Amino acid sequence: MQLREMELDLVRILQKDARISTENIAKMLQVTTEEIENAIEKLEKDNVLVRYSSVVDWSKVEGHEGVTAMIDVKVAPKRGVGFDEVAHRIYRYKEVKSVYLMSGAYDLSVTVEGRTMHEVATFVSEKLSTLDSVLSTTTHFQLKKYKHDGTIFGDHGEDKRIVVSP
Amino acid sequence: MKTKTSYISQSVKNLKPSGIRKFFDLAANMEGVISLGVGEPDFITSWTVREAAILSLEQGYTSYTANAGLLELREKIAAYMKEGYSVDYDPKDEIIVTVGASQALDISMRAIIDQGDEVIVVEPGFVSYVPLVQLAGGVAVTVGSKPENDFKVTAEELEAAITPRTKAVLLCSPNNPTGTVLERENLEELAEVIRKHDLVVLSDEIYSELAYDHRHVSIASLKDMRKRTLVINGFSKGFAMTGWRLGFICAPEEIASSLLKIHQYAMMCASTPAQHAAVEALDKGMDDVMEMKRSYRHRRHYFVDSLNEFGLTCHTPGGAFYAFPSIKKTGMSSEEFAEKLLMEEKVAVVPGNVFGKGGEGYIRCSYASSMEQLQEAVKRMKRFVENHS
Repeated sequence: MQLREMELDLVRILQKDARISTENIAKMLQVTTEEIENAIEKLEKDNVLVRYSSVVDWSKVEGHEGVTAMIDVKVAPKRGVGFDEVAHRIYRYKEVKSVYLMSGAYDLSVTVEGRTMHEVATFVSEKLSTLDSVLSTTTHFQLKKYKHDGTIFGDHGEDKRIVVSP
Repeated sequence: MKTKTSYISQSVKNLKPSGIRKFFDLAANMEGVISLGVGEPDFITSWTVREAAILSLEQGYTSYTANAGLLELREKIAAYMKEGYSVDYDPKDEIIVTVGASQALDISMRAIIDQGDEVIVVEPGFVSYVPLVQLAGGVAVTVGSKPENDFKVTAEELEAAITPRTKAVLLCSPNNPTGTVLERENLEELAEVIRKHDLVVLSDEIYSELAYDHRHVSIASLKDMRKRTLVINGFSKGFAMTGWRLGFICAPEEIASSLLKIHQYAMMCASTPAQHAAVEALDKGMDDVMEMKRSYRHRRHYFVDSLNEFGLTCHTPGGAFYAFPSIKKTGMSSEEFAEKLLMEEKVAVVPGNVFGKGGEGYIRCSYASSMEQLQEAVKRMKRFVENHS
């Protein structure tokens, strides 16, 4: 779908900060609030704007338990449906946060979240590996998140400029 | 024994201290200040540019470069000036890489001013112009641009300031502090007067990448102007490289060779790592420049609309990253407004009077701050204006 310049700008602004008010976006893009509302409605309907979410640094939350694993999955594609069928099977599990079809040494890259390593390991061995088309899995646990979705964790964007300058 | 009256030269004694200094001292010691008083981008230099400097150090490029700067950099500047602004300069003898646009201004003044020569400076303008003219032995003749003309100086105003002693005119577009852009037709009018009186133009184009509504026009690209124009530009603003201190001057060979004489004695050459970084900036940095520009453009509209909404009237600035609203309706002077705003709401702005003639009654607000900071600043400034009207 072709987007107008204003819609492209709108998407970029929301991608950076989805909580910014319609009034302020309207000012930034020099259009009316109605135009922004209509554009958002259209982009939502067309599934360009799919969902609004937050980037959360869970390591800052005391008592939070959670591990994330990225799993390389090799699968046997099926005649007629290729990789799609098995991908659909995999993403239905609520533990699975993302599924990508990849080029290279393996086929699907699956992100799985669980409370503990044990929980993720159990999911992989009992659910993922036992699927008919899955040939093999390699599980990598994330140890630390430095940057996620373009955001550097732990970087408060501290302003290093002197307060007043000509 | 002979007694000395002072160790300090009379010309330096005569210089006015910078009006910004006082605000810096006030704001620097406060907690929780939102500063709109900053004359530089809120972006950090692109990583690819920073990495190029690191790489150059790893490879041991730590010695002087040619006085005029790395030839590779000058070649890239020549291509940039031609593609971007349609002006042709020979990288071999018409481009000099300087320590920021500031040093470019300094040697430009010294190269063209004889004792007592008059230089017309349009104000409100950058705080260094008048002192630099004076340090070079010249006399600064200031012309105040008018708010009703969106702070664009007119040909009549310019011509009225010309005397037989006038040597040069200093123009800055996009402008600091007003954000005003001189468009082609404004420049054509001014150029006619300049040609008629055979004057030199010092054209400070440091904000050229940040012209939002039209492509920046360099006055050097107009008919018969190249031979009399010194184009001053650099990497500080558009490329977010203020701390690197890297600028350049483009001028016809006759002028450039004179500039080089001063530069080689006074500075030798600009910093070598910074020059390597600048090569990368021109090579790979343009996408980032465009992205920063888009972000400033959005913030410009948000901020200027908001100021107008709560009653600080402000023209839409065509470039740079400054809004220059009138605070006259509050009945306060610029300094009073800025000081109270800082004390009561912890928002730092720069009082317009420090930028010279025509600046009283205005404040300079930089919108090169994050949207979060700007939204908070708008909230505080609105409350301040309501409390004082």
